[in-house]
Order: sequence, then structure tokens, then C-alpha cells
Amino acid sequence: MMQRSSYQIGTGLFILFGFAALAYLATQTTSLANFRQGDSYTLKARFTNIGQLKLGAPVKVAGVRVGSVRSISLDPVKLDALVQISVNKTFNELPDDSAAAVFTSGLLGDQYVAIQPGGSPDMLKDGDEFILTQSSIQLEDLIGKFLASGGPPSSSAANKPEADDATKKPESPSTPSTPSNSSKP
Amino acid sequence: MSAVRKPPSFFAGALAEVGACGLFLFAILAAIPRSLRHIKETLRQIWFVGAMSLTIIMTCGLFVGMVLALQLYYTLSIFGGTSALGTVVALSLFRELGPVVTALLFAGRAGTSITAEIGLMRATDQLSAMEMMAVDPLAYVVAPRFIAGVIAMPLLACVFNSLGIFGAHLIGVSWLGLDNGTFWSNMTSSVDVWTDVINGVWKSLAFGAFVTLIATYQGYTTPPTSEGVAYATTRTVVFSSIVILAVDFVMTAFLM
Repeated sequence: MMQRSSYQIGTGLFILFGFAALAYLATQTTSLANFRQGDSYTLKARFTNIGQLKLGAPVKVAGVRVGSVRSISLDPVKLDALVQISVNKTFNELPDDSAAAVFTSGLLGDQYVAIQPGGSPDMLKDGDEFILTQSSIQLEDLIGKFLASGGPPSSSAANKPEADDATKKPESPSTPSTPSNSSKP
Repeated sequence: MSAVRKPPSFFAGALAEVGACGLFLFAILAAIPRSLRHIKETLRQIWFVGAMSLTIIMTCGLFVGMVLALQLYYTLSIFGGTSALGTVVALSLFRELGPVVTALLFAGRAGTSITAEIGLMRATDQLSAMEMMAVDPLAYVVAPRFIAGVIAMPLLACVFNSLGIFGAHLIGVSWLGLDNGTFWSNMTSSVDVWTDVINGVWKSLAFGAFVTLIATYQGYTTPPTSEGVAYATTRTVVFSSIVILAVDFVMTAFLM
């Protein structure tokens, strides 16, 4: 009679199956799945405003994930945000005039660091800093500016912001300081 | 374990019951080293409470995942946020539904049979016979079931979660036509290993301990009549369900 050994094999299979399920959950459905952690190198970028950027946020080139945000701190002298990002060693051919920008995925999605490659023949090395950065666009600021300047030109009682008014009055881009090169190559 | 004879009031009786259950837990924990000699019995219990529960756990996990996807799809489509379906299903499964529903099913499937088995051993004086043969029933009967429950519960919850994700994928991607890549990439970017998956494992460990503690306690202290065994089995389900949901709230408050 195989009764005795069959339940022992079954028990072993069950435990194996359970741990396989746990391993599947841990590696395939979580952020570990994005985290083919090979060797990486660190780059620095300064932003006047990082918005809602969080630790571990993705770093993307052309929309493809190449790394993650390692640390966020405030420079006590210059009073801007110092963001350290780690980029996978596979992508070690980023030109040193590349620009880093804090973008939002979707209208209200999470924020990530986008790297827009430049054209320099020299590449960024470990510990280098981005010269060109673009801060996160604050939705509240935009709404505030729109409300402040977007009233109807002839002062009518009904100041419902119409779509036509918005298109007639283009915003003057008054985002301060940091230069940006958002021109597509 | 002498039963409380005549409780002066309902609350004092309930308090005495909880206290006796707590003391029983210490007795089980003390018996665990001695039960290591009966490792085969423990394995048999893992087979019985774990592997034999796989069918119901897998079926329910699949359907819970499918119904979650269906319900959330229609709610999310109001806000145009159906791309977040995978994230929402995964988070609600890992954090809450997986451990809790698995524990409730576990109480119904395994807890009742533990209570009935030990209760009948008590009613037919098998436990006394063991004591007479110098076999400690705590080490031979109770502790293996307790260990088996604590080991089996998290594994069952993980299986439940996996099948739930599979069911949600089936509905969301294959039926409702969401994009496969969006489904997975949104899920993987917002689900965290430690705060979501492992916290669910802690929860199900605690639920497994509580359910098997209640089940073995009810069986061990049942009045040795057929009515008493029936009543103890009912109480196992009722108390387990209450404790699971209450402990879930407390653990959520602490872990999240």
C-alpha cells in the first residue's frame, strides 16, 4: 500500500507549490519585475522643483525604463533639490549634454525622470551631473496662471472660462531659471 | 483544562473563555518541541489541512479575481482609469482579500474538521486513553495540527492570490480587451514586495495561528456529547470568522 508515502510526496508538492506561488507573486507582480538589477552607475541632477517625485521612481529614456531614483535631498546652500539616479550599466552611452526632466505619466499619474539625449560625443560617467534640467510642471501653477490671466477680455459679468478664450490667450512661459532643451532631435 | 463551571455573567464567562484559550496557546507552544518527534504526523496534517484545501482555495481565488476585475472595470471606466485595473486588483488581493478570504475558507474547510476530529477523540475518550499510554495528546494531536495550520495558511493565501491575478487577467485582458502590457506594467510599478506581498504573508500567518488555535481549543474542551461536538464545530466557525476580521483590522492599522 502506497498510502503512507503518497501523502508525504503530496505534502512536499503542496509546500513546493505554495512557495512557487509566493515566488511568482514576489517577482512577477511587484516592482521587482522591473528590477533586473545589473550593475548600475549614479548620476546627479538638480531641479528647482521635483513636484511629487518619489524614491524608486523610474528613470526613462525615450519612454523605456533604464534605472530608478536613488536618493532625493535638498542642497543646503543652493536650495535646490539634488536627485541621484542610478542607471543600468547597459545604458552607459548617454551624451554628457543630455537633459533630465521631471515628467508626469498621464495627466495625474506618477512622476518620473526623463532623460533626453543630447548630441555630444562625450558620455556621462559615474557621478556626473546633468547640466540641463527641467523641473516638474506644477498643475496648480498652470491652473492659477490660467485663472489669473484667462478672464474674458471685455469685463462681462459671466466670467466662465470659455475654450475660445483659452486658445486666444497663449501663456507666456514664465517658468523660472533652469534652461531646457525640450526640442526633439 | 477544566471547563469553567458556572460563569457568573456573560462577560465574565467570555473573559474566562478567552483566558483559557490563551493558556491553551501557551500549552501548545510548550508542546511544540516535544511534537517534533511526531514529524510524520505534522506532515500528514499539512497534507490534510493544506493540500486537500487546494481545490476550494484555487476555485475561489479564480472567481474572486474574476469578479473583482469585472466590478472594478465598470467602476474605473467611469473615470477612464481602466488601465489601473491590474494595480487595483493586485493591491486589494494581496493586502486584504487574499489573506482574509483564504482564512475564512480555511476556517470552514480545515478548522471545522480539526474541531470535529479532536472533539470526537475527546467524546470517545481517545485523548484519555493516550494520556494513560503516556502519549501526550497535546504533543501528538494538537501541536502538529497547529504547526500544520500556521505553515499551510500563508501558502494557501499565495496560491489564492496567484489564481486571483490569473482570473483578473483572464477577464480584464482576454474578455474586456485591456492591453496586456498596460495591465502588467501598471501592476508591477505600483505593487511593492514588502509592503504588499510580505505584509499579506504576515497576516495569513497570524490568521493560520488564530484559526487553528480556536479549532483545536474548541475540539479539546468540547463537552463529550454529540451535541457538544456539533456546538463546538459551529463555534469554531463563528469565533474564527470574528477573530479573523478583527485581527485583520488591527494588523492593517499596524502594518500599513
